[in-house]
Amino acid sequence: MKAWDAIVIGGGHNGLVNACYLQRAGLDVLVVEKNDWVGGAATSRELTPGFLYSNCSYVCSLFRPEIMRDLELPRFGLQVISYEGGAVFTRDGDYLANYRDHDAHRREFARFSRRDAEAYDRYARDVTRQCRFIQPLLMRTAPDPTSLRPRDLGELLYLGKKFAGLSAEEMALTLRFWTMSISDFLDEYFETDVIKANFALSGIIGTALGPMSPGTAYVLLHHYMGEVDGSVGAWGYARGGMGAVTRALAASFQASGGTIRTGAEVDHVLIRRGKAKGVILADGEEIHGKLVVSNADVKRTFLKLVEEKELPDIFLRRVRNFKIRGSSGKVNIALDSLPEFPALPKDSPVYRGDMHFTDSMERMERAYDDWKAGRWSADPFLDMVIPTTLDPTMSPPGKHFMSCFVQYAPPKVNGHDWTDADRDGFAESVISQIAEYSPGFRDRIVHMEVRTPREIEAEVGLTEGNIFQGELTFDQLLFNRPVPGYAQYRSPLSGLYICGSSTHPGGGVMGAPGRNAAAEILRDLAKPIHHMSPAHDVI
Amino acid sequence: MAQAIEKQSSAPRSPVIPARTAAQSHFRTLRLGTPFQPRIDALARTNDWYNWAGYRAPHSLWDEELEYFAIRSQAALFDISPMTKYRIEGTDAEAFLDRVTLRDVTKLKAGRVHYTAWCDDEGFVLDDGTLFRLSPTRFRLCSQERHLPWLLDSAIGFDVTVEEETEAVAGLALQGPTSFAVLRDAGFAGVERLKIFDLAEFPHDGGPQGTSQVTISRTGFTGDLGYELFVPAEQALSLWDRLMAAGELRGIRAIGYTALNRARLEAGLIVANADFVTSEHAVRPDRLRMPDEIGLGFMIDLEKGHFNGRRAILEARAKHRLRHVLVGLEIEGNIPAEHAIVYHRKSQEVGLVSAAMWSPMAKRNIAIASLARPFGDTMVDDLWVEIYAMRELQYQKLMKRAKVVQRPFIKLDRRTANPPADF
Repeated sequence: MKAWDAIVIGGGHNGLVNACYLQRAGLDVLVVEKNDWVGGAATSRELTPGFLYSNCSYVCSLFRPEIMRDLELPRFGLQVISYEGGAVFTRDGDYLANYRDHDAHRREFARFSRRDAEAYDRYARDVTRQCRFIQPLLMRTAPDPTSLRPRDLGELLYLGKKFAGLSAEEMALTLRFWTMSISDFLDEYFETDVIKANFALSGIIGTALGPMSPGTAYVLLHHYMGEVDGSVGAWGYARGGMGAVTRALAASFQASGGTIRTGAEVDHVLIRRGKAKGVILADGEEIHGKLVVSNADVKRTFLKLVEEKELPDIFLRRVRNFKIRGSSGKVNIALDSLPEFPALPKDSPVYRGDMHFTDSMERMERAYDDWKAGRWSADPFLDMVIPTTLDPTMSPPGKHFMSCFVQYAPPKVNGHDWTDADRDGFAESVISQIAEYSPGFRDRIVHMEVRTPREIEAEVGLTEGNIFQGELTFDQLLFNRPVPGYAQYRSPLSGLYICGSSTHPGGGVMGAPGRNAAAEILRDLAKPIHHMSPAHDVI
Repeated sequence: MAQAIEKQSSAPRSPVIPARTAAQSHFRTLRLGTPFQPRIDALARTNDWYNWAGYRAPHSLWDEELEYFAIRSQAALFDISPMTKYRIEGTDAEAFLDRVTLRDVTKLKAGRVHYTAWCDDEGFVLDDGTLFRLSPTRFRLCSQERHLPWLLDSAIGFDVTVEEETEAVAGLALQGPTSFAVLRDAGFAGVERLKIFDLAEFPHDGGPQGTSQVTISRTGFTGDLGYELFVPAEQALSLWDRLMAAGELRGIRAIGYTALNRARLEAGLIVANADFVTSEHAVRPDRLRMPDEIGLGFMIDLEKGHFNGRRAILEARAKHRLRHVLVGLEIEGNIPAEHAIVYHRKSQEVGLVSAAMWSPMAKRNIAIASLARPFGDTMVDDLWVEIYAMRELQYQKLMKRAKVVQRPFIKLDRRTANPPADF
């Protein structure tokens, strides 16, 4: 029977990135994907004729440009379009917009507070400084602080030097940034509630924490350190939906000779004498491989795909305790016309940006209170975009696709599994919120896809539907991601690697975990990595 | 079973604040016009605009070379309305500004102006600017960048109000040898009594807009005889017309920034975020500068009480932690050394030129540069600049000797002459 050089479990973006790099290093690589399509959480499907959704992830910024270049993704159809600002609608019938133009941004803030308008520069400077500290760490394997290997020592030294290069004030800020709540952090710069709410949303997205929970300031940073073609912090739409990212990856992979099998769900990893030897599919088919890479999250990989007896106790306990809580859902809507928001001038660029309705920190925190009580938020936080205002490929002319990221949605409702009735109630909380700001909204709806943590877990395989494959809190970052001692994409089992967002540097459609894992695998195989361009300079 | 929802209406509806919603439409005009814009637009032959703090400001209006000569030979009118302006008022205004800025504000009498700077708590320069003492308890602080949060936070504990008045107050710089004659002919009686850095209020009849006061100070950014005029925005156009009418026989011309920038370089004056990076904008920590590192050490008054950054500045001085120095350079030849790297012995990189030009008034090739100490400080010999001059799609690389010289590069007696001359 054929033994593949490597079998990648899961055709999400990180699995595909990993597979591409391994294939291009000369390995014979197979990707097995349980769905009939690839993409994982970066997928675009036509669920109603003429409309393409970004079913899960919906905007692009974190995906590393080095990867796009190495894997020739533009050649395979990837285009990312920057979008224009956005807004928070306020309950008094106004809105606070974010404009790309620096002075327009200031004037907009000055409508609410002249002081806060002028505070933005210092805020932007401090956040930029922190991003510049983290950016170079994304494309490096986190050092093992307990190891004496020269490479780990070198990486630790690099980290130490970077930290030591900061001024006392910055060191203090870095430590505060990595640990404090986004609410406390914003209090240091701004006094106006809606302005704080406007920035705080980046601190809670995808996270089972509220804006007042410690650790959320880092989550904001995680959303700021991406770029669109050198414009750091900018976000864009992948033309053709986020599925364009994985379509391009799959095409690149196949063009370099790689093989993808869809509709092939892995039941478990084949382990012989403590070594991964392949996978057994759900239908019993056995596929042999010299090594296995799992794009599944750390819990799914080690609690479902590997028999417990194969793993050390402490490792298992840590995997079980890994925080990967379901906190969000998604409502994708096909619209027969562009919704109107009476608060917003018709020619406002905000239609082409991200829109929100949560205009105070308290509302945001109360939405989280519902989650803690085991309910979806009665007054949810929405991150809403209409990509078809810029992307003509996702809907017929004049019609639109609207993506609503919704928070908070608990993994279980009042302790029981989600039901269809729950799902409908959840959707109603979203639609009614939009309709309050956009009269006639319901009449424009052609089709709707509602995804609670139940649907996301069932289809994509993300445990509890957690979009980051694990919380981005400081205890689960760098050499502690996913668990101490196993932060370098390896596992307790020889020949079994992990390459998903559960690993450093974490979630978002970034591709860095997949690439870093490929680098480690190729190192273990003593294969060259000339085909990986070095991380772009941060100067 | 579906979750029971206590539905509270998230949307609306406390009443809208009309002034706030009325201001929404600003997104349609990304570059505002100043109160003088109708007059400037009418004179703009080159349509060569740039973005000055969100305003549409002219690089040039008709000819940047000739606009420069208008400053040095006649009278040049330059719109300074986009400059950030704060009105600082209260019984503690003097004490507050003494605490915030480097110079001793108690020595600044009402009716006087001084050039000053202010620092963050680490002693790094937040900005430089001019402080106008309009009355014992009322000041105007003009600067390049915006500082409202800093000023408000610093005002805690002082009986003082700080208000941003950039849009409400229009400003003009009238600079050049005939500037005094223009003001006198325009009917500003008593303007001859203004000595350098004096200011006074003069009545101005704005026609249908009513009468108001115009604040005229004998200040400027050119090193020449010149004045700056501030007036409520509604009176801007009538003031412009008054000056233009009076100046017709004295060669008055409106000018853009390129000409002014040349004059300021000859005067040896620095520009925030051109010759140094202000501390609230410096993303890279090594770009931060203390006053002593950008030639503003003379402002620091250690005799007065505590001021923001004092402790850090003292410590840096004591521990010799001042790493940079800003100097004037005179460079051989006549090719401007803009953004050239400065070398010691043609090999060791020691700094960067931030502004450079051939000076028509000094007939010398001048520059402002930031050097790493001790170069430019105690080691001033054997300095060179490497000029990359693009000529017809090729760099002509020149290594030219540079000499550290005193600023200003030119000193014009007419700037300070009393009474001021007609030309």
